[in-house]
Amino acid sequence: MRRHRGIRSTGIPEDVLGYLMVAPALLCILMIAIYPVFRTFSLSMTDMKMQFPDMAKYIGLNNYVKLLQDSRFWSATYNTLFFTVVSVAMELVIGFAMALIMNMPFKGRGLVRAAVLVPWAIPTTVSATMWKFMYHDQFGVINDILLRMGFIDQYRSWLGSTSSALWCAIIADVWKTAPFMGLLLLAGLQTIPGELYEAATVDGASRIKQFFSVTLPLIMPTMLVALIFRTLDAFRVFDLIFVLTGGGPGNSTETLTMYAYTTLFRNLDFGLGSAIAVLIFIFVFLISLVYINLLSRQND
Amino acid sequence: MRKSKLSTIVFYICVAIFMIIIVFPFYWQIITSLKPPEQLWDIPPGWWPSRFYLGSYIAAFTQRPFLTYLKNSAIVAISTTAFAVFVTSFAGYALARLHFKGKNAILALALSVSMFPGIAIVSPLFLMMKQWNLLNSYVGLILTYTTITIPLSMWNLTTFFRTIPADMEEAAKVDGASPFYTFIRIILPLAAPGIFTTAILVFIAAWNEFLFALTFNTKDALRTVPVGIAMFPGEYTLPWGDISAASVVVVLPLIIMVLLFQQRIVSGLTAGAVKG
Repeated sequence: MRRHRGIRSTGIPEDVLGYLMVAPALLCILMIAIYPVFRTFSLSMTDMKMQFPDMAKYIGLNNYVKLLQDSRFWSATYNTLFFTVVSVAMELVIGFAMALIMNMPFKGRGLVRAAVLVPWAIPTTVSATMWKFMYHDQFGVINDILLRMGFIDQYRSWLGSTSSALWCAIIADVWKTAPFMGLLLLAGLQTIPGELYEAATVDGASRIKQFFSVTLPLIMPTMLVALIFRTLDAFRVFDLIFVLTGGGPGNSTETLTMYAYTTLFRNLDFGLGSAIAVLIFIFVFLISLVYINLLSRQND
Repeated sequence: MRKSKLSTIVFYICVAIFMIIIVFPFYWQIITSLKPPEQLWDIPPGWWPSRFYLGSYIAAFTQRPFLTYLKNSAIVAISTTAFAVFVTSFAGYALARLHFKGKNAILALALSVSMFPGIAIVSPLFLMMKQWNLLNSYVGLILTYTTITIPLSMWNLTTFFRTIPADMEEAAKVDGASPFYTFIRIILPLAAPGIFTTAILVFIAAWNEFLFALTFNTKDALRTVPVGIAMFPGEYTLPWGDISAASVVVVLPLIIMVLLFQQRIVSGLTAGAVKG
């Protein structure tokens, strides 16, 4: 149903009013988000140094060529992908378990649901600081717990070793975000009508069979949306790494965003740093495309 | 169907394990903040303060500019919330109710902007802020945060305005009220719960943001809490007691907020995800 165009008392046509009301938000987005993306693309084709922005020259794709031959770039790409895949997979499994638990009626459920939000709500730098102290090689409680339980026979430097540092970051990330995943999945579970389970029980389907034939297919769209959010967030990981390891030891925990940040604001190389940022942007774009594809296939 | 006693016990043990894992880091932070200096470096670490010591809290506020960080964060996060919600209330209403071309394009644009990685815009924004003399200022951060929270805020509010029954407006229209008047006097009050939910989400996002705060405001006097906490250990000795005390102070209001507004936050977060 279309409504009348002219509105009596003001005389402003409805569509003009619409554009006026959207304008401030749209202007912000265009100026502070869209324009800078294009500018990053153009910066990535220059050799701009932050101290001398006026001396920047156009150098075509040189920065990209340099990156493709740069082992540090490839190791950052590997670290980012490893971190993203492992932490999102763990978050999905743990989040699912939490959602199934929170979906059952039990005493104290309200408290559990509230507690689950807290890690999500605090700043990442704060949670990273908390974990950094717990991982400490001498005074950290994690060494204490593992030693008491007999998993290790002496204290280890978890953050100081190239084999464990990235895992430390993954665990801290899973702690902070699995509960959030759990809440999103819980909301999805709650939209599944109870009759479906009753019908499945009448048909003699076991609990496990019900999970695969009723729960999983019906929660798939919610799960994909939750996965998009989490995958993109994990792929952009920065605060956590910055605080926990600073990218070290060596470059063993350096992610792409961390590498871009270092190049931009420590080496003050805006050309090369922008090129890394562009590649991150392209990666994020591709990840979104894959998920959107999966989602639209779901809806068919 | 009755559950057996054993499975109930196993179930509660699972719940307890989850809760312990979630709560433990907070517990550790709190006892660390209350440990006296001589106990902080015990090996193995003590699981309870040998005596309750408030010196770390006093130090965080007096010897370190922690109060300044809190003030900066409060100014930036509150202003961002006010601007973002103000701007997107108009946009959300127009997108939900008024007829004009390009509405879907605007929503799609906002959605794609919400997926932008911050790092992809930080270098040009830094140069823009430098040019406008907005580095080391509140305005630069507020402008940036308002923009990055607009997509989320706009989507939430558009969805919310759509749930308000159209009869209200029809009635007002019949009475000869302009759409703008209808919006201010009739729709906005009805939308208060949705606006409030959106405001909480925007506030948390602005309060926690790190990358732009780190790069734009490098002067200590203008740092926000997340940056201040991250930079705490940058000195020669690691002041773990002070850092812990500072983090407890930052986390407490957030915990209270989450406990009070739990249901609103969850509904705001899940609205988009469940509807798809």
